[in-house]
Amino acid sequence: MSTPANETLSVVVERDLAYPPEKVWRALTHPHLIEEWLMKNDFKPTVDHRFNFRGDWGAVDCQVVAVEPNKTLSYTWAAMGLESVVTWSLTPTSEGTRLRMEQIGFRPDQQQAYQGAKFGWQKFFGNLEQVLSRET
Amino acid sequence: MPSTNDILFKALSDPTRRALFERLCREGEQTVGALTARAKISQPAVSKHLGILREAGLVRDRHEGRQTHYAVHIGALSPLIDWTNQMTRFWESRFDQLEDLLKRMDQ
Repeated sequence: MSTPANETLSVVVERDLAYPPEKVWRALTHPHLIEEWLMKNDFKPTVDHRFNFRGDWGAVDCQVVAVEPNKTLSYTWAAMGLESVVTWSLTPTSEGTRLRMEQIGFRPDQQQAYQGAKFGWQKFFGNLEQVLSRET
Repeated sequence: MPSTNDILFKALSDPTRRALFERLCREGEQTVGALTARAKISQPAVSKHLGILREAGLVRDRHEGRQTHYAVHIGALSPLIDWTNQMTRFWESRFDQLEDLLKRMDQ
């Protein structure tokens, strides 16, 4: 999938982890491990595989875009009509791994996202806020 | 009645409008003529797009003689910036949980 140059929404979270890329990769790609830190899911590390994340507040529809073992993982992330792409990058460091997550949303072809966001946006973040406040 | 977010989404869902808006963000106030000179569409089309951005509260216009100047309305994007803030918090908390998991995992 190409990434148009004029996106308007982007979230980046980056962290240095004291574990090798192979181990981080397992946590990112094994469904039972993903569930422990992110959400219940039926993920498979296969390009074009469609899957869901399921949380208390609803489901996220996803499709695998790119898989490069121990290096890159990318999937679409559509929640309540807002479509985005989540890309994980793993870079080996002397201490372990630098893990970067980039979420890019609102591509030019996203009329549909707008339609969904129209009724889903507020609810999605209302629910997300609840989840976050429970976790802190 | 549409919410503020609805109007923002609709205004920014069009790539041409988004490109105009981003140019104003990057380069500051400009006349319709200056914006048209570098757009691939006619001046009436540029004016129409700017009108939609103005109605959404994303830009402001200022008339000076025969020229209309457009500038970004600071703060208009705060609902969207809010989205990035909230998603950032979401992922930060998931990173914490990921680190906890990695601690517990075998090699």
